[in-house]
Amino acid sequence: MISAHYPALQVVIPLLGAVLCALVRRGSIAWLVALTVSWIMPVIAAAMLWQVLADGPISYALGGWEPPWGIEYRVDALSGFLLLLVSGVGAVIMPYARTSVASEIHASRQAWFYTMYLLCLAGLLGMAITGDAFNVFVFMEISSLATYTLIALGKDRRALLAAYQYLIVGTIGATFYVIGVGLLYSVTGSLNFVDIAGKLDAIENTRPLLSALAFLTVGISLKLALFPLHVWLPNAYAYAPSAATSFLAATATKVAVYLLLRFFFTVFGAGFVFETLPVSNILLVLSIAAMFGASIVAIFQDDIKRMLAYSSVAQIGYITLGIALANQSGLTGGIVHIFNHAMMKAALFLVLGAVFYRIGSVHIDSLAGIGRRMPVTMASFVIAGLSIIGAPGTAGFISKWYLAVGALEKGWWWLVFLIVLSSLLAVVYIGRVIEIAWFRTPSEACEGVQEPPPMMLVPIWIFTAATIYFGFFTDLSAGIAGKAAETLLGGLK
Amino acid sequence: MRFDLILRVTAKLLLPFILLFALYVQFHGDFGPGGGFQAGVIAAAMIILYAIIFGLSAAKRVVPQGLVETLVPMGVLIFAGVGIATLFLGGNYLDYSALNHDDPAHGQHLGILLVEIGVFVTVSSTMTVIFYAFVGRGR
Repeated sequence: MISAHYPALQVVIPLLGAVLCALVRRGSIAWLVALTVSWIMPVIAAAMLWQVLADGPISYALGGWEPPWGIEYRVDALSGFLLLLVSGVGAVIMPYARTSVASEIHASRQAWFYTMYLLCLAGLLGMAITGDAFNVFVFMEISSLATYTLIALGKDRRALLAAYQYLIVGTIGATFYVIGVGLLYSVTGSLNFVDIAGKLDAIENTRPLLSALAFLTVGISLKLALFPLHVWLPNAYAYAPSAATSFLAATATKVAVYLLLRFFFTVFGAGFVFETLPVSNILLVLSIAAMFGASIVAIFQDDIKRMLAYSSVAQIGYITLGIALANQSGLTGGIVHIFNHAMMKAALFLVLGAVFYRIGSVHIDSLAGIGRRMPVTMASFVIAGLSIIGAPGTAGFISKWYLAVGALEKGWWWLVFLIVLSSLLAVVYIGRVIEIAWFRTPSEACEGVQEPPPMMLVPIWIFTAATIYFGFFTDLSAGIAGKAAETLLGGLK
Repeated sequence: MRFDLILRVTAKLLLPFILLFALYVQFHGDFGPGGGFQAGVIAAAMIILYAIIFGLSAAKRVVPQGLVETLVPMGVLIFAGVGIATLFLGGNYLDYSALNHDDPAHGQHLGILLVEIGVFVTVSSTMTVIFYAFVGRGR
């Protein structure tokens, strides 16, 4: 039965697709390959998630070697959710990429874009699906190396510098990760997540464990751009090709968050991390710093792509805030924000890509009055922007609601106040763009500008519709997130 | 280009033995230290030595850039292809035992051999293409 091999196919098909793209070297054919592959992915992911929700976790022994000796691919509610998110975003962006990439990347390099896109997809899916700590490192490197190349493919010459900056920071992050895994291996003799978790209870000397946890947390935090470790992110997102920015913003940091959840809750156990150690407080402070610091910096950005990149850092703050709360509602809020933020940020970055395609700039001055020339596109910016703010009726509201409820359950009413206050900062930076785009007289750059082609418009509106849909019907998003949170918190009670 | 007689003659003598050593490391990898990665590096070192002594254009006549760039993904294709083959033969992904149902141990042997060839192809061509990119800069 082919369905028994879905876990392997989920990673192998994009890998093979990447190889094919590299072999054909023709932009248009490579795009067809990438399109086919990226559309198969969510089908497989959905089938697996369906199976997990019905019958419990799927375990797949790679190479026929039984876990814990061999590499195990393990799909549970959380990883299935992530797989569906990453593959879904990858699939929706792909039609958009054709026009966007053709205008931003030289013809001789377009096939490389699709190769790297698929490699990155394979790496991210691999990180989410594998149950083996070292295998995660391998996929982390695959996705990171592909990401560096994707960023460097940007039109601006500063893209190369941004990619190099990310390369240095990302390598430090990956090194910290592998040191942490090495320490864990030295005390447990195992690399399988579930197996390590089972062996940790018997360990009396906790010093190697503490160092392992410290290395892993810092390493993964670099990858997910937790507040003081976020410096690589704004440049990387600002100068990467539009389609790549959109894909990375929606998926790459999210998979790193997943990894953090995996280590905190599955491997070390919530009791050890949140009750014995003050991780909760540290995360709380950093999250709040991200929510405010990055939002304030975003207000002063003139390059809108950069502004949204800072906004991403702030939004990641909300996700880590949910982890820091470590109770049912808070964690549900954090996990569902992984999903909701992916939808709205993908929409916003795609809108900017469409604007860039038409007027060749995303500087705030050149956007004056563009709402009157590209109303359908900019309407999407307004809706996704409202979702960033957390307006009721959008997906962003749902996540903030859960976070606020989580904070109240802990009796931290001041945190609810801070969540609302930081949302007001989002009103400022999103409102600024909306004001200039809709209420100013059109600038010269917008003369005779039309809506982007449907191939770009449809993906934009799929994400925009999703932010509205998941603002009302939360079974798929908050429902599954709640289930995942319940499983993760199982160790705490 | 200067006519460095000693270097040229010595290099010509060495080249086949470097390749032979690479192949030894490749195929003896099952029993001793070695394998596709090490063998690939040694094989690439041969091409690089040739390019240093006889010039880049001579090296590109023997090992054309286009060929090397095709070989990079080809190695990955061999590796992943073995995995796909095991899927079709009824095993899990990369379960080499499925390659030979009568004698699983033999299947394991065959599988690791094929996969290591894939590693060899990708590593040697990647090393070469990095060298070409560095040396070819500014031309």
